[in-house]
Amino acid sequence: MSAQAGHGAAVRIDACGKTFADGTRALQPATLDIARGETLVLLGPSGCGKTTMLRIIAGLELPDAGGRVLFDGKDMTPVPIERRNVGMVFQSYALFPNMTVSDNIGYGLKIRGVPSKERAERVAELVTLTNISGLEHRRIDQLSGGQRQRVALARAVAIRPGILLLDEPLTALDAALRDRLRSELNRLLRALGITTIYVTHDQSEAMELGDRVVVMQKGAIAQIGTPREIYFTPRSRFVAEFIGAANIVEATIEDRHLVLPGGRQPIHCDVNMPAAVAMIRPETIRVTSAGSASLSGTIDSISFIGDRQRLVVSGASNRLLTVDAPNTLRTRPGERIGLSISPDAVRLLPPES
Amino acid sequence: MRDRLIFTSQLIFTLLVASFLVVPAILSISAGVTVNYFRGIQSGVTLQWVAQVWELYAGTILLSFVIAFATLALTLAVGVPAAYALHIRGGRMSRVVEEIITLPLAIPGLAIALALLLTYGDFGDFRRSWLFILVGHVIFTMPFMVRSVMAVFATIDIKTLDESAASLGASPWRRFRDVIVPNALPGILAGSLMVVTLSLGEFNLTWMLHTPLTKTLPIGLADSYASMRLEVASAYTLIFFVMIIPLLVAMQLFAEKEAKR
Repeated sequence: MSAQAGHGAAVRIDACGKTFADGTRALQPATLDIARGETLVLLGPSGCGKTTMLRIIAGLELPDAGGRVLFDGKDMTPVPIERRNVGMVFQSYALFPNMTVSDNIGYGLKIRGVPSKERAERVAELVTLTNISGLEHRRIDQLSGGQRQRVALARAVAIRPGILLLDEPLTALDAALRDRLRSELNRLLRALGITTIYVTHDQSEAMELGDRVVVMQKGAIAQIGTPREIYFTPRSRFVAEFIGAANIVEATIEDRHLVLPGGRQPIHCDVNMPAAVAMIRPETIRVTSAGSASLSGTIDSISFIGDRQRLVVSGASNRLLTVDAPNTLRTRPGERIGLSISPDAVRLLPPES
Repeated sequence: MRDRLIFTSQLIFTLLVASFLVVPAILSISAGVTVNYFRGIQSGVTLQWVAQVWELYAGTILLSFVIAFATLALTLAVGVPAAYALHIRGGRMSRVVEEIITLPLAIPGLAIALALLLTYGDFGDFRRSWLFILVGHVIFTMPFMVRSVMAVFATIDIKTLDESAASLGASPWRRFRDVIVPNALPGILAGSLMVVTLSLGEFNLTWMLHTPLTKTLPIGLADSYASMRLEVASAYTLIFFVMIIPLLVAMQLFAEKEAKR
């Protein structure tokens, strides 16, 4: 396996919606382009349609009439999954209990008629790559969750798929293991350089793994962008609140300032709006002395997290404001503080959301 | 002291119930090897009745096994793929089909036999051959195979296993052969055990469908009870036991070994 970037197929999803037999609309017609070698993350809460979209790309679900799935410009819509050459990792891993680890990894190659010697070499290569040496002859029920995840990945990659599809591959694991495997997975996906579509409800997975992230809400695409775009310039309140921690502030606007109970906050504002919904990330708020500040409030509570401390401040906004302060700041609940926020850090959101 | 009393009385009760159930079987078997049952065991022990039964009914016994294993073959060939299809498809239609397959459990065997006779009774050659009984047995045992295979499918998330095999390029047939059947084996074995024993012991339906030339073990047994000495009928029971118990034990052991794997 060479480690050059940009393997696999380019994917286009063209007006793919999905209505189930019972009439529920799982996915609004959506159009999406995924570049060769790109890692695209479908992110959203459960029931947002992300898994349905993945299954349409895989060929496990047919899109509603009019929808098309194209690989490298070729219409794959009527092609069943077994002829799409996709590698898929399921949330439950779906390893075959009747086969050993190496038989699982080699199964796709066996189906393709790869001679056993060549197959064994490829399996050995993947065992090394996914770091599961020594487990080749184990039965599936003798593996830990993390080991199963690696076997599932090795099995999906073994067939040199055009597209790698991962459906919440880390969700079944406990938190500590999830963090470790996440960075391991990231390195592996970069090394493979294959077109990857990754479904998750965990925004930190999406941030770390995605070249681009598609945030989905109630069967529709809420926003598409790089992790930075999604984080810094969310297009709706839903995206702002789903990605990272966010303070949502509702206020009237006067002379390019938000008018808040605790004072006035300058903003960039091109159009003349009477009121706005704004997002302010906790880490963009600086704590100053109360006296000189244009915006101030009272500390309600402090949680010391380690690398920082999280203050909950009342009286500044119409609801409690979360502020991330340096871990060295000495302060206590009840104290009155000033809050300094750069106008760049205030993101105005469309009012209807 | 009190615990001991409770234990003893429980033991006695259990033994009484057990003997209530076991004694008739022992009496029946011993009658089969007694020279004259009315004079009791002191009249002597003999194998002449067993030999007589074998002489008279060897063909019947053989036919019974032929029908049982033919029934097994058909329920395997039809029932396992049917269970797979019903499980993967899901939905209302599948449930309707499942109900229809299960229906023979609730309908008396006599009614099924009557329906078969009304419909196919005029096809003389078919009516006279053992295949007629085979059809009845397949209808009667199919739900047991389908149900026990579907029960295993429900516990191992066969749908996702099937999808993952498909994603690796396996055709429906390869998936069925490489993934579905091996993982459904415990259910297939349990189903097979039931199908074979039910077919060997089936009386209601078979009694309606049989002809003098197509008799199975239980029909022969009824025949011998009705028309011959009690000792002969008892010897017949003995042969029935000897035939079916090793089969049951063997299949049970096989199932146990499979479950442990």
